[in-house]
Amino acid sequence: MYPFIFTKVNDSAGAISAVGTNPHAKFISGGTNILDLMKMNIEKPELLIDINNLDFKKIDVQSNGNILIGALVRNSDLAYNATISKHYPLLSQALLAGASAQLRNMATTAGNLLQRTRCYYFYDTVMPCNKREPGTGCSALTGYNRMHAILGISDKCIATHPSDMCVALAALDTIIHVQNASGKRTIPFADFHLLPGDTPHIDNVLQPGDLITHVEIAALPFANNSTYVKVRDRASYEFALTSAAVALDVSGGTIKAARIALGGVGTKPWRATAAEQFVAGKPANEETYEAAAGLALKDAKGYQYNAFKIELAKRSIISALQNTGG
Amino acid sequence: MAINEQEDLLVSKPSGSTRREFLQQASALGTGLAITSSAKAKGLPVNKINFSTPGNVTVSLVVNGKNKTLDVDPRVTLLDALRENLQLMGTKKGCDRGQCGACTVLVEGRRINSCLHLAAMCEGAHVTTIEGIGGVDNLHPMQTAFLKHDAFQCGYCTPGQICSAIGLLKEGHATTDDEIRESMSGNICRCGAYQNILDAIKEVHSGI
Ligand SMILES: Cc1cc2nc3c(=O)[nH]c(=O)nc-3n(C[C@H](O)[C@H](O)[C@H](O)COP(=O)(O)OP(=O)(O)OC[C@H]3O[C@@H](n4cnc5c(N)ncnc54)[C@H](O)[C@@H]3O)c2cc1C
Ligand code: SF4
Ligand code: FES
Ligand code: FES
Repeated sequence: MYPFIFTKVNDSAGAISAVGTNPHAKFISGGTNILDLMKMNIEKPELLIDINNLDFKKIDVQSNGNILIGALVRNSDLAYNATISKHYPLLSQALLAGASAQLRNMATTAGNLLQRTRCYYFYDTVMPCNKREPGTGCSALTGYNRMHAILGISDKCIATHPSDMCVALAALDTIIHVQNASGKRTIPFADFHLLPGDTPHIDNVLQPGDLITHVEIAALPFANNSTYVKVRDRASYEFALTSAAVALDVSGGTIKAARIALGGVGTKPWRATAAEQFVAGKPANEETYEAAAGLALKDAKGYQYNAFKIELAKRSIISALQNTGG
Repeated sequence: MAINEQEDLLVSKPSGSTRREFLQQASALGTGLAITSSAKAKGLPVNKINFSTPGNVTVSLVVNGKNKTLDVDPRVTLLDALRENLQLMGTKKGCDRGQCGACTVLVEGRRINSCLHLAAMCEGAHVTTIEGIGGVDNLHPMQTAFLKHDAFQCGYCTPGQICSAIGLLKEGHATTDDEIRESMSGNICRCGAYQNILDAIKEVHSGI
């Protein structure tokens, strides 16, 4: 780990003045991703700003029914929150399917959004990697790419976004609240993470100096009928090979509206909008589910070791639709 | 240039050392290299942390009920501070990367991986390690149950397993065998004592 200056701030004004627009400054909240990356000399902040004293630790239901989640709410507290587990089971289940109980006690809402890929070549500093060292090439394209993405890929990077929580957030209408020296702004979740394109080293639209303060989920009454299905190499404490978050509004055997998002397969948390539109108005049955799964994976491209994910992702979607639609 | 900025950062440098000594220490340790001219030194709120040697941080915390003060490089994890600075060797280092659970301790009563937590982040924290859970003369019920059920072989993962199991019971979300297994998945046992660990936890859970 490279040396850095450590400071602890007590409020958002302190955090924002400490960070300024310094591209070499980083916040630390749970620490579960940034410290891992610092130990591997992948993240090399010169100034590390501990924001754990900031007051963003509450989950509030707004008067319009939206839920405002503080950036520092721990993954375990969010998962077990009574409102979340009752009205957004897909989010609760996604969080509990991630990492371990210890890590969930540490990991924060904002940190989870910003966690970096688990591509093994990204972690291996002797290997070329465009995400870690722009312009060096992508070792995964022709390497061992079993865990890699099949949607949203480019010839510069095929790394997945590893978060489970983000798959549930992608299925919901989520807004990220950000603050910096020039003020506050909001970013719709769909615009937050970026496709790799020619710039895989840029994961999201945040700029140096941006502090995430809250994550807001719009009210979605039918989200109480929702589920998260995660498929992985072992039963727990493992990242997704494929996953699906589904919420369904079903009445009299007909699907009125749907939310479908995928994990483990996209270079960013993947909303399957075409599949959602397709199922609306259709009967809640196997035929509909299979056609929807096919549509969701229509543009998928498999590589040498990960082509199995195309079929596995379809089955994950079908399973999640069965769980929610009957 | 870098050094001047660092001096700005370290406004609360030890009262004993002169500016010259301080700069000599800083450059001898090479810590100045960590700061580029882009570091936003001005207005940095450093009041919480006292830099007693260049770059070091002083942290006061409570470990197993005793007040402790650490003077550490900010890179030091809570795990290394416990083992190396406080000589509490009960907490084990397995992977050092959040992947095994050997380093599990309780902070404010919640189980965490001490290898992914900086000592510098522990100002005012209450930390409980296996040494604070119980000893030979005053075993915690979870320790007794681990002994009774032979819930270990080499014992390397055991301090982490016990801290984790105590955290699990306090959280109160896991009751069935499968729920306990899932909730303990963050603690890997290379010897595979899982079934006996489960039995030990169930015994304490049911209060037998
Ligand atoms: C062994 C292991 C297994 C895991 N398994 C899973 C899994 O199965 N599924 C899954 O989804 N995740 C998994 N994770 C990842 C885990 O969920 C993330 O590490 C965690 O969510 C990151 O949150 P944090 O608060 O610890 O972030 P930190 O490490 O503190 O920070 C991460 C990044 O976010 C930035 N940041 C933090 N807070 C803010 C803020 N408020 N504003 C702006 N920037 C901020 C930091 O500067 C840093 O760049 C696993 C991790 C480990 C170590
Ligand atoms: S897939 Fe992306 S992260 Fe992995 S080696 Fe290629 S460029 Fe790097
Ligand atoms: S040493 Fe901390 S989890 Fe392995
Ligand atoms: S007892 Fe040996 S690793 Fe668990």
